[in-house]
Amino acid sequence: MTRRRRRWPLLGSRRPSLPLNLVLLALLLLLSLVSLCFGDAPLSLAEVIGGLLGTGAEEAQLIVRQIRLPRVVLAWLVGGSLGASGAALQGLLRNPLAEPGLLGISSSASLGAVLMLYFGVTALSPWMLPAAAMLFALLATLTLHGLTRAGSTNLTLILAGVALSSLAGALTSLALNLAPNPTDAQDIVLWLLGSISDRSFAEVRLCLPFVLAGLLLLLLCAPALDVLALGEAEASSLGVDLSRLRGLVILGSALSVGATVAVTGTIGFVGLVVPHLLRRFVAYRPGRLLLPSALGGAVLVLGADIALRLIDTPRELMLGVVTALIGAPFFLALVLRSRRDML
Amino acid sequence: MTRFEVAGLDVRLGGKTLVHDLTFDLGEGELLGLIGPNGAGKSSVLKAIMQLLPHRGGIRLGGRDLAALPARERARRLAYLSQDDGVQWPISVQDLVALGRHPYRGSWWRGGGAPRLDDRDAIEGALRATDVWDLRERKVTELSGGERARVRLARALAVEAPLILADEPVAALDPRHQLRVMSLLREQCRQGRSLILVLHDLTLASRFCDRLLLLDRGEPIALGPPGEVLTRENLREVYGIRAVTGEHQRQGYILPWECESGAG
Repeated sequence: MTRRRRRWPLLGSRRPSLPLNLVLLALLLLLSLVSLCFGDAPLSLAEVIGGLLGTGAEEAQLIVRQIRLPRVVLAWLVGGSLGASGAALQGLLRNPLAEPGLLGISSSASLGAVLMLYFGVTALSPWMLPAAAMLFALLATLTLHGLTRAGSTNLTLILAGVALSSLAGALTSLALNLAPNPTDAQDIVLWLLGSISDRSFAEVRLCLPFVLAGLLLLLLCAPALDVLALGEAEASSLGVDLSRLRGLVILGSALSVGATVAVTGTIGFVGLVVPHLLRRFVAYRPGRLLLPSALGGAVLVLGADIALRLIDTPRELMLGVVTALIGAPFFLALVLRSRRDML
Repeated sequence: MTRFEVAGLDVRLGGKTLVHDLTFDLGEGELLGLIGPNGAGKSSVLKAIMQLLPHRGGIRLGGRDLAALPARERARRLAYLSQDDGVQWPISVQDLVALGRHPYRGSWWRGGGAPRLDDRDAIEGALRATDVWDLRERKVTELSGGERARVRLARALAVEAPLILADEPVAALDPRHQLRVMSLLREQCRQGRSLILVLHDLTLASRFCDRLLLLDRGEPIALGPPGEVLTRENLREVYGIRAVTGEHQRQGYILPWECESGAG
């Protein structure tokens, strides 16, 4: 028998993540065009492209650029933030159930934004809105991290998240009730469930720089998150600076999720579903999951936003309702699967 | 020559002394066994060497102070196998072993890239040395305990560090796998690597280690060849046991038999 001595492919490299990212990117662009076509006044693809390039009819230009494009861009930003943060938090906490919505990070950010908006602080500067949301998201992430540092189980993590998100949700409703200009139930629902309709580029500008900075910080963590699959002590023995890694993930999630929630309200389950679906395509490596999760999150939010406009309801559905309808069964399935760890 | 020296090591955590005034050294290709009852401070010694616990005293490898080395430099010189198997995700065996090459990785943007050729040689060598080559495409979460132990060892070998520290590498393995892993580790010494192992099994310790370091409540009790450390007296005073000892193929064995009456 001759000894086999050929170059063997590494499984991970045989499935590079570039094609996956390209497929997701193509899907994202396709859905973006679809999203630009749909609405109260349906536009053809030619009208949409004409509107984007500034060559079409003035009305089409206005609809595409001023009304629909901000909505599409916000879907990218919020989906990308939630997807990447979910993947990064799952890698850091080494727990597939970690997610900004479930852990109460989104609802804390939402509380921060509501406090600024309804108590008039945004009159000082519009930047107070994302700033407060990011600060609250940061506090929530730090609290969770502190609570779950020492040998946390799935159960403690989820319970801490449930506690945090119900507290933030209750305080948000209370703040809206006590606000100097009391608001109607629709507003409360907006912040608790989230929506990206009727937004302008002013809102996009408010969150864009922070989302980009946050995503960059998260992507920097990729190699270290891969190594963290071995456990904290061994990752540290391989030269991973754990406190730097924690800082980057916490800050990156707080910036990106906090900033988007400041303009969209909380949208749940995206950070749970997307990494879960994509993990197998990156050979289960937590670091490699980051970029595909960001793209996949944007695809999911955009798809959900198109779907809610296709469903004929007397009043437009909230985006957070649609993502929860998709996400909650996923969450249940994951909990059932990890039931043995939790008991 | 990579000589490893620990001088006057003190490990304190939260006002409690875990290790007190420990001094030892280790030559190239030497296997040192750290033994002692539960809570003796064995794991703390390894963690202090890995800079995972705050400590005082000198820890030098090849004349260089480990604490002063940048993390990546240190990571290339020391491989560490922790006590608990913390692998959470179902990643493939070869991807897991490839993580051992992290200290040699280039800048972050190469993060997702395939390992380079010398990395591949190291990974392949580690997979073959631990006899898990045929498992390389399996998921780590689907392996048996014995297979997983060898895969984790392969991950540590892939670092190609001159010094390997392993915390109870054969705990929870059946006798056959214990012998197999210990022989693998012994083989690493023949190739010029130095090893420090935390062990509970006194027979394995006596059979495979060049020297043993016996700790009790953070204090070094004895350091020397197994025959000189595993004396009747030490077993009684440190472990509180009586053991059956003997010789087979000119190597000593030791069989813990009963608790010493009246001892701690």
